[in-house]
Amino acid sequence: MSDRPNRKPETGAFFARDRVWHPPGLTPGYKTSVLRSPQKALLSLDGTLSEITGPVFGHSILGERDNDLIHNFAKPGESAIGERIIVHGRVLDERARPVPGALLEFWQANAGGRYRHKKESYLAPLDPNFGGCGRTITDQDGCYAFRTVKPGPYPWPNGVNDWRPAHIHFSVFGHGFAQRLITQMYFEGDPMIWKCPIVQTIPDRAAVEQLVAALDWGNTIPMDARAYKFDIVLRGRRSTLFENRMEGN
Amino acid sequence: MVQSLGYLKESPSQTAGPYVHIGLTPNHADIRGVYDTDLGAVMVNDKTLGRRITITGRVLDGTGTPLKDALLEIWQADAAGLYNSPSELRGSADPNFTGWGRCATDGVTGEYRFDTIKPGRVPFRDGRPMAPHISVWIVARGINLGLNTRLYFADEEAANAEDPVLARIEHRVRVPTLIAAGEGDHYRFDIHLQGERETVFFDI
Ligand SMILES: [Fe+2]
Repeated sequence: MSDRPNRKPETGAFFARDRVWHPPGLTPGYKTSVLRSPQKALLSLDGTLSEITGPVFGHSILGERDNDLIHNFAKPGESAIGERIIVHGRVLDERARPVPGALLEFWQANAGGRYRHKKESYLAPLDPNFGGCGRTITDQDGCYAFRTVKPGPYPWPNGVNDWRPAHIHFSVFGHGFAQRLITQMYFEGDPMIWKCPIVQTIPDRAAVEQLVAALDWGNTIPMDARAYKFDIVLRGRRSTLFENRMEGN
Repeated sequence: MVQSLGYLKESPSQTAGPYVHIGLTPNHADIRGVYDTDLGAVMVNDKTLGRRITITGRVLDGTGTPLKDALLEIWQADAAGLYNSPSELRGSADPNFTGWGRCATDGVTGEYRFDTIKPGRVPFRDGRPMAPHISVWIVARGINLGLNTRLYFADEEAANAEDPVLARIEHRVRVPTLIAAGEGDHYRFDIHLQGERETVFFDI
C-alpha cells in the first residue's frame, strides 16, 4: 500500500474502451493478425470486481539496475553499445490523474536492431552486453525513467521489404486488471514510422502520434545521454458517487 | 462553447510482438541474471489456503494451430472469494496468495500451465454471486489489443447455471467455450481465437 499514499481505494468501473482509437483485431496489412483475430463480436461487460481490482507490485521487487538497460546485462565495468538515451514520462489515466505504483516493463532490440531471442534471425550482431529488458514502477506522481541505448530499426517477414521503425515495447500494469495494456514507443522524427504495417494497424494518425516520444532537450544530460519523453495513458475510472450501493440501501 | 471535460485518450495498443518473452518472462527466454525470477511464475506457497489445481491448455489460431509465442496472464480471487487488491473492500485476501499469474506458451508444444487454487465466488455488480472464475488476458504476435476472457469450471454446474455473466451469452452453444474441463485437480482450457469454437472474448 505504501506505493499509493493518500489515495482512497478505487472501486469505480473503467471508462468503456474506445475501440476505434485502438487498432481493430483484423488488420490484413499485418498478416499474422488474419488468423489470430476473433471474428465474433466481443461480449460487453461493465466492470465487476474481477475487472476493477488488480495486483500491487511493490518497489521491493525491483533490483538496482532494473531500469538501466545499458548495464543490467553487461559484464562488470562494461556497457551496452549504442546511442545512450533516457526515456522518462508519466503514467496518467484518462481523467489526467497520475497513476502511482504502475509497473512498467519494457523490451527492445539492441542498437543494431537485433533481439536476444532464439527465434530471431536478423543478421545484425548481438551485443554481448545488452539483454534488452528492463522494468520500473511509477512514483507518487506517476513518473518513471529508465536508461538504455536507442534501438535500431529491423526488417521482418511480412511484406517483401517491411521494416520496423526504432521502437521500445511497453507493458503497463495499472491498478485494475482491465487497465492492462501493451504498446510501443516510437521516436520523434523517424520517417519509418509511417511506412510500418504494425503502426498502420492504428486507424487514426493522432493516435499514432500519441505513441511518438518527443526529444526532450531540457532533460538531456550534457556529454552523457539524450532524453525522450513518453507519457502513457491508461483507462480512467468512473466516480463512485452513486455506485456501490445495493438496491434498496 | 462548453467547458472542456479535460479527458485524455487511452494510449493505443500495439501488438506484443514475437519477442514479448524478452520483456515479460526473460528467464524463460534464456536472458539470465537480470531478474531473479519471472514475475507471476509462482502464485501459491505452502501456506496458501484452498484446493490446489493445475490449469493447462493452448491458444489456437484459425487453422487450429497452437500459438507458440503467446503470453497469458490470469487474475483470480482467493479461496474465500476475495481479491488481493487495494480495491477489495470486503475483507483481507489470503496474504499467501497473489491471485495473479503469468505464463508463456511453450515454444515447441504451445502449452501453458498455471499452478493455482480454485477461486471462491465473487459478487456481481448487483450482489448476486458469480460462479468461481478466473480472468484471462492473452497477448501475442498478431494480436493488436490484448484479449480478455474468463475461465469457469465444469464441476460448478449449479453455480455456472446462475452466473450473471454466462447468462449474458446470447448464443448458448458458445457457453462451453468458457468452461474448463476437469479431471481431479487438473483443468484443461483451450482458447480458440477463431472458428466454430471461437472462445467468447469480452469487452471489459
Ligand atoms: Fe519489436
